Amino acid sequence: MKKRNFLYLLTGIVFGVTLMKSDAVSWFRMQEMFRFQGFQIFGIFMTAVPSAFIGIFLIKKFKLTTLDGEPIKIAKKEFNWGYVYGSLLFGVGWGLTGACPGPIYVQIGSGLSISLVILISALAGTWVYSYLRPHLPH
Amino acid sequence: MEIIDLLRRPWPWYVAGPIIGLTVPALLLLGNKMLGISSTLRHVCAMCFPANIPFLKYNWKDKLWNILFAVGLLLGGFIGGVLLQPATPMPLSLKTIDSLRELGIVQQNGILPLEIFSWSNLFTWQHLVIVAGGGFLVGFGTRYSGGCTSGHGIAGLSTLQWPSLVATILFFASGIVTANFILPLLLK
Repeated sequence: MKKRNFLYLLTGIVFGVTLMKSDAVSWFRMQEMFRFQGFQIFGIFMTAVPSAFIGIFLIKKFKLTTLDGEPIKIAKKEFNWGYVYGSLLFGVGWGLTGACPGPIYVQIGSGLSISLVILISALAGTWVYSYLRPHLPH
Repeated sequence: MEIIDLLRRPWPWYVAGPIIGLTVPALLLLGNKMLGISSTLRHVCAMCFPANIPFLKYNWKDKLWNILFAVGLLLGGFIGGVLLQPATPMPLSLKTIDSLRELGIVQQNGILPLEIFSWSNLFTWQHLVIVAGGGFLVGFGTRYSGGCTSGHGIAGLSTLQWPSLVATILFFASGIVTANFILPLLLK
């Protein structure tokens, strides 16, 4: 169990270093993407999705299991209207801060204390959503 | 030392993209976990201020892997941003430099524009809308839509989930409109 937790931590470290070193945490780079003036972020996205797809395809083809020997399960997402309203709102926040949740953590780790404001605001947003959830259309 | 020098340089998209993508099968193989980062915000809320809200009343300790992944992101930021800081950053496109200069953003080095994202410039209403309002919408919106760029954009799309495709198209579209039309209004 302890070793497994270390591996999750390590996966996060690799993911974080990669976001950092590829400029995927940069507000400037995000503005470049949203204005279709550069390829870096589109390139990351367009190679990440097929890489993940091929990895999952190989898992299925060779019927690989988890480290514990369990079969790999991928839960199906059930559509609800929250996907629409929520994504539209998230997009506004992303366009302004240039940060989706992953980069917020990475920015803080790189020493940007101002990103704590983004994180605390995002936590507040999550909390308010949780509070209002029964009253929101889904 | 050559390897360190190589790692220090900015990583091109064709190196970063596959590493990010392969995180999805890696987490599945480690323990049937689905990549998702915005959910960690929910776990932190459940851990620190559940306030009897049903959506926050669950055993967050079951999601320890997700919290550890986020701690890894923090450490990754330190390793990538401090220990492996590049001598020369990746250049920004000239068009972007011009468009941002028109908005009054002149200092274009680093990760965040200091004209908005710094303690001395934060406290105007426009900048608070961008930093704190934007952050709030990132937290509210991702939880409302059940995922962010990682959970929907990468994990959801690569497992062929059509609701994630809907979500990804919409948050991209909304981000494009915001960056091109709303952000300039706030910086005028």
